[in-house]
Amino acid sequence: MSPSPASSPAYNTPNYLNAEKGVRSWLTTLDHKRIGVMYLGLTLFGFFLGGVFALLLRLELLTPGPTVMDAMAYNRMFTLHGVIMIFLFMIPAIPGIFGNFFIPLMIGAQDVAFPRINLLSVYLYLLGAVIAVVGMIQGGTDTGWTFYTPYSTTTVTTVAPVLLGAFILGMGSIVTGLNFIVTVHTMRAPGVTWMRLPLFVWAMYATSVIQVLATPVLGMTLLLVAFEKVFGFGIFDPARGGDPILFQHLFWFYSHPAVYIMILPAMGVVSEVVQSAARKNMFGYKAVAFSSLGIAFVGFFVWGHHLFTSGQSTFASGVFGVLSMFVGLFTAIKVFNWTATLYQGAIQVSAPFVYFMGFLYFLVFGGLTGIALSSVSLDVHWQDTYFVVAHFHFIMVGGTIMAFLAGLHYWWPKMFGKTYSERWALAAAVLVILGFNATFIPQFLLGNMGMPRRYYSYPEQFQALNVASTAGASLLAFGFFMILFYLVASLVRGKAAGPNPWFSRGYEWNTPSPPSLANFPETPVIDRGPHEYQDGPAAEVKHAH
Amino acid sequence: MNLLNELLRKLLFLPAQASQWARELDYLHYFVFVTSMLGAWTTLATATIFVFRYQRKHAQQTTPIVDPKPIHEAVFIGLPLVLFLSYFAIGYPQYVRLQTPPKGAMDVYVQGKKWMWKFAYPGGPNSTDVLRVPAGRPVRLLLTSRDVIHSFYVPALRMKQDALPGRYTQTWFNADVPGRYPIFCAEYCGLGHSAMLGELVVMPAAEWDAWMEQQRRGSQLLAQDGRPVGIENEDLRGSLVEQGRRIAAVQGCFKCHTVDGTQHIGPTWLDLFGRSVKLEGGKTIVADEAYLTRSMMEPNAEVVAGYKDKAVMPTYQGKLAAPDAAAITEFIKSLRTDAPTAEPQKGPIYVPVTGK
Repeated sequence: MSPSPASSPAYNTPNYLNAEKGVRSWLTTLDHKRIGVMYLGLTLFGFFLGGVFALLLRLELLTPGPTVMDAMAYNRMFTLHGVIMIFLFMIPAIPGIFGNFFIPLMIGAQDVAFPRINLLSVYLYLLGAVIAVVGMIQGGTDTGWTFYTPYSTTTVTTVAPVLLGAFILGMGSIVTGLNFIVTVHTMRAPGVTWMRLPLFVWAMYATSVIQVLATPVLGMTLLLVAFEKVFGFGIFDPARGGDPILFQHLFWFYSHPAVYIMILPAMGVVSEVVQSAARKNMFGYKAVAFSSLGIAFVGFFVWGHHLFTSGQSTFASGVFGVLSMFVGLFTAIKVFNWTATLYQGAIQVSAPFVYFMGFLYFLVFGGLTGIALSSVSLDVHWQDTYFVVAHFHFIMVGGTIMAFLAGLHYWWPKMFGKTYSERWALAAAVLVILGFNATFIPQFLLGNMGMPRRYYSYPEQFQALNVASTAGASLLAFGFFMILFYLVASLVRGKAAGPNPWFSRGYEWNTPSPPSLANFPETPVIDRGPHEYQDGPAAEVKHAH
Repeated sequence: MNLLNELLRKLLFLPAQASQWARELDYLHYFVFVTSMLGAWTTLATATIFVFRYQRKHAQQTTPIVDPKPIHEAVFIGLPLVLFLSYFAIGYPQYVRLQTPPKGAMDVYVQGKKWMWKFAYPGGPNSTDVLRVPAGRPVRLLLTSRDVIHSFYVPALRMKQDALPGRYTQTWFNADVPGRYPIFCAEYCGLGHSAMLGELVVMPAAEWDAWMEQQRRGSQLLAQDGRPVGIENEDLRGSLVEQGRRIAAVQGCFKCHTVDGTQHIGPTWLDLFGRSVKLEGGKTIVADEAYLTRSMMEPNAEVVAGYKDKAVMPTYQGKLAAPDAAAITEFIKSLRTDAPTAEPQKGPIYVPVTGK
């Protein structure tokens, strides 16, 4: 990318990064941008940990029998991988980083509605993360991230600390959601009407609603498991008069909406990226905005599609199956509108755009395999096999991480005021997309063959595809390290980015890069929708300062 | 049609189809695969064409505002909706059919436990890990679990059903191609999850009838060359008791536990199984398989009343593999004063299945 010719303010002009100095100023900051940056560091560390465990799992699966660890270590490792990736990265990453950093910038506000609660959420995250990870490693938790009873209440390993950790992380998630909802309702600058709200903000709003409504159910469920495990209550364990299926209903009542907590922010990010990269306003803005709310709403009524083989009634399975189709429908609406946005655009094939295309690809196939699963009968074959593993990794990894990377590359110059090497970025993007495919396409086929998930060892006919998957995972890991390398390098020696290197007309680019502590010298007045590119460059000059 | 079926089946890496239901499920699979591939690639190709067609020419290029007409959004909603609902319209009746066993199906009780499958034919033999069924006759499975949730999965039948502790679930199939097909446990159940393998043996109906007749009479079916064709571990339960006695001796269990009713350092094993045992702390527990196994692994968790001061038993966690513990459990179960013989029997033991 090229630095904006119009204005290249020196990096050492006052901004949120250099306004205050010292570790203490960071630990006690109430600035939403600094909190976003702290989330960036914390969640990336979580992603790194989860990734290391993923690689170890893939390494173990290289051969049918024991390869590098025993069954116990393997079971502990996939528990660590799942819990860390979901609770420490997928759920908090995009809301914590980009939500915190950009929602106020996008609605012309100085900060979020409750800056102190915002800081509290970071500490809740940190506390929950430490308790969960240390608890899992110390106690050797081997339940998988789903904590299915009665396995979780009868296993000899320690489960209570990770439940407590997840509980605390959930609290962090709730307060973040609450904060965003209030912020969007009360702090929009003059002219930022609901129908001019950037689509990222719409997506974050829908996400926040789910976080506030669904997460308490997770909290209750985890507490019930902890009670059963620690005090011997008979809630889920049939040996004590409990009902193991009750746990699954309660667990998925949160955890299915939770996958929309993971994917909706990603959809918001790519909505911004595609409009900027194609210099086009969103085709079907309302459809994209409202389909986020649609997903958030319907997402609450599909949890039973995790229980098609559990013995639940056929009627219930039918209802959950057909409702699940509607999640796919809302997603399809978004996909078509993103595609149509490219029509008559002025597309710049930059790193964020390549990630957008990758996102589109993974979401389409991840989504359609989800539709296939909710045809109910096909799920009977695929349930708990690698097909499901591949399906949700296509959405979670292929979708959310693609969008995360798209957003990271798109907003990096805004967040840190520096440009990175576009050539390296493109190379890494291609590598990462290839690596994803090589990792997870073989897993779809393994699922078709009938290989169940969470298998430490497997019959020999599954080996070839497992080797392919492991090879893909190594490629992927290499791509991620490349990204880390050039992004860190850009902080040290990158050129100053200027306020708007992409000539984007998203509201957040109306600030200097990095933004000043107060975001805007005075409350901006917005007189047009975001990403409208029908008039000349004058529009950009007008909003450059 | 057959050729197309084989082609698509191989392309998708699907295993053999051992029942009509599996075949019909695969047809839906092909339909979903082909239509969603077409839809996906049409969308992605359109996006790619736009990318090439609408390249940015200069940095601050202007573009027209293009807003959708209602018809656009209607198509965007209508097309996938029709497609998705057609998947459901085919898939859901299939699922209902799988959940509704036909009248007259043969019942087989399936019990999952860490980490094996036990099958019981009403009025017939029990077996471990190997399920023999007649080809072309419907079989209803009644599943339960003794410990945690397991899931009975036969890829060749495209069929899976969770086995839950404390309740029965059911499913059914009609396998029509004789052969041997793997059974997996699909619900994570701990250390031995991936080793909880079984085998479904689909036999020609006449052969199965003969086999069942032989089983009922208690002798092994011999193949034409005179070798037993029974699956190796079908008589495991008989010999498990012997194994259990041997393992107990090797592990030093008899230093503290007797088998003749005398109380020693630890409680005697005679008539232990199934008895209500009073524990330290006043709780009473039935000495079932779960309790016995737990006592080997965590001996000090539930100590029998009166043995508190002598709670000296070391843990066998890690020293006893699951089959060893099961063997000792079976050995303890065989130690009964009211048993016809204390000696283990040869061959399968016929435990008639009573009640539900």
